[in-house]
Amino acid sequence: MSNIPSDLKYTKSHEWVKVQGDGSLLIGITEHAQDLLGDMVYVEVPEVGRTLAAEEACAVVESVKAASDVYSPAAGEVIESNDALADSPETVNTDPYGAGWLMKLRPADADATEHLLDAKAYSAYVESEQH
Amino acid sequence: MSNRTPLYSQHVAMGGKMVDFAGWEMPLNYGSQLEEHRQVRADVGMFDVSHMTIIDLEGGAARPFLRRLLANSVDSLQHAGQALYSCMLNDDGGIVDDLIVYFMHDDWFRMVVNAATRDKDLAWIRKQANGFDVEINARDDLAMVAVQGPNACARLCDTLTDISADRLRSMAAFTAMQAGELFIARTGYTGEDGFEIMLSAPGAVTLWQRLHDHGVAPIGLGARDTLRLEAGMNLYGADMDERVSPLEAALSWTVAWEPADRAFIGRAALERQRADGVAKKMVGLVLQGRGVLRNHQKVVGDAGDGEVLSGSFSPTLARSIAFARVPMATGAEVEVEIRGGMVPARVVKAPFVHNEKLCLHNGM
Repeated sequence: MSNIPSDLKYTKSHEWVKVQGDGSLLIGITEHAQDLLGDMVYVEVPEVGRTLAAEEACAVVESVKAASDVYSPAAGEVIESNDALADSPETVNTDPYGAGWLMKLRPADADATEHLLDAKAYSAYVESEQH
Repeated sequence: MSNRTPLYSQHVAMGGKMVDFAGWEMPLNYGSQLEEHRQVRADVGMFDVSHMTIIDLEGGAARPFLRRLLANSVDSLQHAGQALYSCMLNDDGGIVDDLIVYFMHDDWFRMVVNAATRDKDLAWIRKQANGFDVEINARDDLAMVAVQGPNACARLCDTLTDISADRLRSMAAFTAMQAGELFIARTGYTGEDGFEIMLSAPGAVTLWQRLHDHGVAPIGLGARDTLRLEAGMNLYGADMDERVSPLEAALSWTVAWEPADRAFIGRAALERQRADGVAKKMVGLVLQGRGVLRNHQKVVGDAGDGEVLSGSFSPTLARSIAFARVPMATGAEVEVEIRGGMVPARVVKAPFVHNEKLCLHNGM
C-alpha cells in the first residue's frame, strides 16, 4: 500500500492538495500516481499568473512509459511553480509529497477543497481501482 | 489468456512490476527502469526472455528451406554455431517477422522469433515448409535468459563453473554453442556484449538464482526497450510490420541479393522496389526541445509528413530519441507534433549508443 498522508486532500485523478497557513494550496501528484507512471523524465509546470478552472489540465508529468496530464484540484491563480523539476523530474518519484510538488495555487473560493477526498476516502478509492 | 514463464515466481519475489506483454505476464521493471538501463550500460544485468519463440528446424532440407524462407542468406553460415539476423518476408516483400537463425549442423538450424508473432510465424513457416524435408518444432520446453552488459562475460564465467571460462571468453559475437544442457549464444538486444542462454525451465530457475547470487541484477522489459532503441535495433510491430519492406525499415543490409538466382520469398517484390525506389525511409530522430517522442506522433519535414515509430527517452543521452518513417528526400531537420506543439528534432543515423559510447558522429 502506498503512502497517503492524512493531512492532505486528494482527487480521483491522483493529485494531492495541502492547505497552507495563508490559504494557498500546494499541489502535487500522489505516491500512487508516480508509482503507476514510473520513472519521470519530463515535467511541465504551469506559468505563474495563469488562471485555472477546477479540473483543468495544467501540468504534464511524463515518464519513460507515458505522458499524463495533471488536473487542477481547484479554480484559482498559479502563484508559484516548481521550476526545479525541469532539471530533476525524478524528484516527483523520490519525494512526491515534498520537493516533488508541482505548483502553488491561490484558490478562487474559500471552500475550494471541501469537495476533495480525505486520506481515508482516497485510500479506499485507490483500493477499489486496483480490483 | 495469460502465460507465465518458468521465472514468474522469481520476478514477483524480486519486486517485479508484472504487466501483460503479448499474452505473457512479464516484469516491466523491478523498481526503476532508468536505473536498470544504466546498470546494463555500466555493468551487467539479466533478462527473462522466455516469452520469445524458439523454433528448431531439423532435417536434410533445413538449409535449402531457409534459403527460400529468409531474405538474408544462410549460406553465409558455414561454421557450426554461426548466427544471422534476417527478415522473413511475404510475397509482397512485407516483413512477416524479424529473427535470428543459428546454424548448428547440416540437419539442425535454430530460429528465435518474436513472442507477439508466434502463431502467425509458425503457421507461415509450416505452410512454406511444404515439400521440404524439414521438421518444424517450437521448443516450448525451453526458457531463455539474457545476460547483457560490459561485464556480462566476466560474471557469466563466475556463474557457469561447469563450463571453462576460456570457452565462454573465446566465443565470437553472433555465434552459439551447445554446452551440455545449455544453448549459449553471444547475441542480445541491448547493444552491449552479452549472451542469450536457452535451457530447460528448472535449469533457468537455477541459473537465474545463481546469477543473482553473483550480483547480476534483474532487468525488466522497460529497460530492454530503451536499451535496444538506443542501440538502433528495430522492434517488430512498432518499427515494421507486413505493410513495409526491409528497404523501408532501415534493413536493406539484411537483404542478400547475391546470388541473383536465390528465389527467396518476397524477392520479386523487393527487386521492383529497388528498381523503382521506395517513397519512405526509416531514420533516427533526436529531439532538440523538451518532451518525449512517442509512437504515431506526426513528423513534419521539408519533403512532407512522416510518423514516429518507436520513441522514448534515452537515459544515456538524457533526451528523447526515436525511429521515424519519413519521405525519402527528408533533410537533417524536422519538427514533431507533441501534444499540440511543434518541437524540432534532428535526423540522425542509428545507432544512438553503441557499446557504452555515444554516437556523436552525426552531430546529435
